Amino acid sequence: MAVAVPIINSTLVSAAKLTCIREERILFDELSFDINSGDIVQIEGPNGAGKTSLLRILAGLSRPYSGTVLFNKKPIQSCRDDYQNQLLYLGHLPGVKSELTAAENLNFNFKLMGYSNFDCIDILNEVGLSGFEDSLTGHLSAGQHRRTALGRLWHSNANIWILDEPFTAIDKKGVIILEQLFLAHANRGGCVILTTHQDMNLIDHHSLKKIQLDYSLI
Amino acid sequence: MWKWLHSYADPQRAYRLSSTLLPWFSYLAFAFIAIGTVWGLLFAPSDYQQGDSYRIIFIHVPAASMSMTAYIAMASASFIGMVWQIKSADWVAASIAPVGAVMTFIALITGAAWGKPMWGTWWVWDARLTSELVLLFLYLGVISLYASFEDKVLAARAAGILAIVGVVNIPIIKYSVEWWSSLHQPSTIKIIEESTMSSDMLYPLLINIVGFGLLLGAITLLRFRTEILARNSMRSWVRELAQIEGAK
Amino acid sequence: MQNNMSYSQAFLTVLLRDLHVAVRHRSDIFNPLLFFVLVIILFPLAIGPEPQTLSRIASGIIWVAALLSSMLSLERLFKADHLDGSLEQMLLSPHPLTLLVLAKVFAHWLLTGVPLILIAPLLAVLLHLDDQSYQALLMTLALGTPILSLLGAIGAALTVGLPKGGVLLSLLILPLYIPVLIFSTSAIDAASMNLAYTGQLAIIGAMLITSLILAPFAIGASLRVSTN
Repeated sequence: MAVAVPIINSTLVSAAKLTCIREERILFDELSFDINSGDIVQIEGPNGAGKTSLLRILAGLSRPYSGTVLFNKKPIQSCRDDYQNQLLYLGHLPGVKSELTAAENLNFNFKLMGYSNFDCIDILNEVGLSGFEDSLTGHLSAGQHRRTALGRLWHSNANIWILDEPFTAIDKKGVIILEQLFLAHANRGGCVILTTHQDMNLIDHHSLKKIQLDYSLI
Repeated sequence: MWKWLHSYADPQRAYRLSSTLLPWFSYLAFAFIAIGTVWGLLFAPSDYQQGDSYRIIFIHVPAASMSMTAYIAMASASFIGMVWQIKSADWVAASIAPVGAVMTFIALITGAAWGKPMWGTWWVWDARLTSELVLLFLYLGVISLYASFEDKVLAARAAGILAIVGVVNIPIIKYSVEWWSSLHQPSTIKIIEESTMSSDMLYPLLINIVGFGLLLGAITLLRFRTEILARNSMRSWVRELAQIEGAK
Repeated sequence: MQNNMSYSQAFLTVLLRDLHVAVRHRSDIFNPLLFFVLVIILFPLAIGPEPQTLSRIASGIIWVAALLSSMLSLERLFKADHLDGSLEQMLLSPHPLTLLVLAKVFAHWLLTGVPLILIAPLLAVLLHLDDQSYQALLMTLALGTPILSLLGAIGAALTVGLPKGGVLLSLLILPLYIPVLIFSTSAIDAASMNLAYTGQLAIIGAMLITSLILAPFAIGASLRVSTN
């Protein structure tokens, strides 16, 4: 599949009146927004405001109490295969098995996405794990563990990236590399939806959209 | 075709509907069970073989038939909840489960009590009793799964899936237990010989079956109302309702 | 960058990964098997070593032990994947979830069901099973243990998100195992009396096919609830 020609401001995914209730507490009520190609969106809010819940709802992992997530104007539940082809989600849990080596993990994750021609060794070099290809990820440090998961960003067909705290356990240099990657992805016509507690350096405040939970869409 | 169903998905409407229906179910259930039980225990003729001990069927048979009906109702509600994503339907299923379990338990206890004068023992591995026992465990599974989830919206969905899996398995379990029972005791004593039952016995039995059905409905409605309120306690209409009720 | 993987490739990917992980984590294979052996050894000790008694109840003991040990291994079927986040990734994969789930269940059966079938004749010797029943024992185990994995996976999927799902799992699943238990033991008993047992095998086969078709949907739906 060829990389889609970026159409400026075409809506990739939108939320329609999302309400999330956890343990009898309303986290957000009737939240609506559009995310367009080229957007880098940060979900902001204090701990427990429902940032992760919102990301999981957008990814289709959680079902909102009411409201829908729309992809191509259709609810994502009714076009799951198409949506998941376009989606890359990295949660709190990296999805890296400690019994497998870094290369095996990456290989499995790509195959799970349906990709066939990729070079795991190359990508592991990119994320700074050269020489660790054959180490069990259980023996790697927290940051290296995380990098193994982030390797998926280097070879992705998906337009919609949903990343929950991608910078956790990543050093300063690594953060900059990731930011460059996000900008390149946005320029290609993709979008990045993320949460983070760290300040970003390259992505300036003008181009960064923010969704404030507890408040409203800015 | 199913649009009318969706209008009751709204918790507030479902609550109002169940409040309207509840008194009807309760009074009718009381009337039917009173008539059926008094007729059955006092006026129906005694059995020429079993004497008065057969009269336990006026409780046992309605409870046993409702134990099965409740499971099917619970699975149907879960199915509606799953396919059309209606949370109220999941709550109906969650409300039925304990009532159905109690019906099953009554059927088991009365069945065992009936076994004492008939077979001289409290428990016989009879096909019906064994199926009823398995059914009780299927109910207990649904109830404890529902209880194990912190988030009750998820709990109702999980319990619903289990109820659907259970209802698919019930015919297979029933068949296998009957087959097993016929294998191990070739001449089982039939609990009810329907054909030989006189109409004087049959009518109070039927009345009680309807009565137990209404009772099942009434308790389910009561539990359903509570369930709606508990799940929507943060909604403004529930708060207003609480204030109105509190002012009375 | 082509999304051109076939269903069989996706199935194999998950299957091979699970086998790979299990090989590096062998206790998951051996512990349920040891449990199976131990439970069976306990019966002669509890009941007495009389060959007639043991051969009468051998089929029941072996099958009950098989149910219990499958319970033990099922608890971990989705647990590790749930804890490290790879379950989420499977749910978000563009491949059909039922297919991926089927691959996981198949891997589970290869790792726990097949060893059980292989070791069962040895244990049958300890229990003095009648000579003519061995074939029936192997046939019922071969057809029955995949059903245990399939039905059990539904329970495992429903309880994977719960902190103490183990005991609950047995309450959910053991009642559903009853038909398999009844028809399997009766096939073995029939064989010991030199009677035909093809009828029982046909029923177990039918249950296997039905659960093969329906269970993956229930497992998938349960996983979506559990990871919510």
